[in-house]
Amino acid sequence: MNDLSLTAFVITSSVKVFAVFSILLASVALMTLVERRLAGFIQDRLGPNRVGPFGILQPAADGIKNILKEETMPATANRFFFVLAPALAIIPGVITFAVVPFAAPLPTPWGTVDMVVADIPIGILYILALSSLGVYGLFLAGWASNNKYAFLGGLRSASQMISYEVALGLSIVPVLFLAGNVTLTQIVWQQQQLGFWYILPLSLAFILFVISAFAETNRLPFDLPEAESELVTGYHTEYSGMKFSMFFIAEYSHILTASALMATLFLGGWSIPFWSGDHLLWYEGMLISGFTAAGEPIAAQGAWWKTILTFLSFAVKTAFFIGVFMWVRWTLPRFRYDQVMHLGWKVMLPVSLVYVMLLAGTILVLDQVGVEGFLFGAILTAVSGACTLIFVFVVDSDRLITGSAVSGTSREVRSPVRQVRRPALEPRTGAGVGQ
Amino acid sequence: MTESYLPVLILLGVSIVNAVGMLAAAHILNPRRATPEKDMPYESGMVPLGDTRARFSVKFYTIAISFIIFDLEAIFLIPWAVEMRTLGWEGFIAVSIFMVILVVGFAYEWRRGGLDWE
Repeated sequence: MNDLSLTAFVITSSVKVFAVFSILLASVALMTLVERRLAGFIQDRLGPNRVGPFGILQPAADGIKNILKEETMPATANRFFFVLAPALAIIPGVITFAVVPFAAPLPTPWGTVDMVVADIPIGILYILALSSLGVYGLFLAGWASNNKYAFLGGLRSASQMISYEVALGLSIVPVLFLAGNVTLTQIVWQQQQLGFWYILPLSLAFILFVISAFAETNRLPFDLPEAESELVTGYHTEYSGMKFSMFFIAEYSHILTASALMATLFLGGWSIPFWSGDHLLWYEGMLISGFTAAGEPIAAQGAWWKTILTFLSFAVKTAFFIGVFMWVRWTLPRFRYDQVMHLGWKVMLPVSLVYVMLLAGTILVLDQVGVEGFLFGAILTAVSGACTLIFVFVVDSDRLITGSAVSGTSREVRSPVRQVRRPALEPRTGAGVGQ
Repeated sequence: MTESYLPVLILLGVSIVNAVGMLAAAHILNPRRATPEKDMPYESGMVPLGDTRARFSVKFYTIAISFIIFDLEAIFLIPWAVEMRTLGWEGFIAVSIFMVILVVGFAYEWRRGGLDWE
């Protein structure tokens, strides 16, 4: 895909791996602080601001504290899996990021370097395969702890993550209709060429993807595996010290990767809106910016400032979604477990199946009629917008997801006929409390 | 093409070293002062009742089976999705037949209450 020699390829790859890995872990550390500060502001308090300016050294202090804390392990626990689980949780979250392109190719004296850790031809399949490995760490943690709360948390996380993975996979299918390729660099390129970020022509796929991503990362409103009010802290109840913080690093790196994927699949990745100077792609050994009307490729050149600008664009989009993750956490209450399963199997799955077929039909009709370019995107936007409106209307009208205390439609619940049945109070006999 | 997988292996190696390093550093640095009470599984401060390896709801099992079917379906759709516009209506009809077969099974499971959590 690029013009580097093998030695240069190995060296630049190693540099990229270390840079991406360090930036990822640093961002995760920063995210823990931002989350607590944001929670503070949302709840009208300050949040941690004592360690360093604006509390910026708080993650370092937490890390040192956690590494020096005593770690407990239940005597009945399965020792091997108990230690293995946090390691298994933390690895998939980090390596999923490998296929996400984060900037335009960078020209160097040794050749042009792609700004993606690994531009492998299986792209999306790699993401689907690895993101599902995260469930092993969580379930093993719950099982190996030999604790009832942890076991229930692990069971719930396994069940929930596999349920929403189906919808996650199906919500990516429409993206592939338009991109025609599974590599993420191609998906970014196709969005630049179409002139539409896929969030517009595939709006319902985007919504389904976001919902599934929240469930996959076990974030509120889907944090059933660690529901504090029911399960203490769920699968990591028995974990303390560094192993405990490893689960948190895993959770935040999953959030980071999910946000980066939302930005790449639906918001044009690193491309800068309304500017065609950043359109860069490898095509038969050369870097091109597009095709002429006759189908001839137009040669293009990368530049270091383009790489920096596109990286900033990618960082802003990703940070936006990370912010949404945190904002939602401090806004929405938690689902009940039957609601989670109901939403996953009886809403998300049928809706995504119908949407995939509807969209495929629409695209084939448009191709047959010969609609191209802007009009093609505009018609798809209209169709998907209509689907989104129907979806939001149906889900929002209390028919599918009932309230947490009563079942029935909102009209039935509010109706004056319905009366709360209350056991009649026993007349008090005897001397009261204590007997 | 094969060498494009090399960075994935490097990243995998780095993250394994990182995970093992975190565990090892904590293991070396932290104190260990175990008492019988500390080594008990946490159960709201009570002495744990019964065994954790008890039976659990069969629902989780049926969900796992449904997952295998429908996740495979999603994976089968991906090759079609990539080539959807070149395959045209023939491909569309073939996938529709495939979908109908799966939806019949899904409807059956739904009607028999396999997806209910009441």
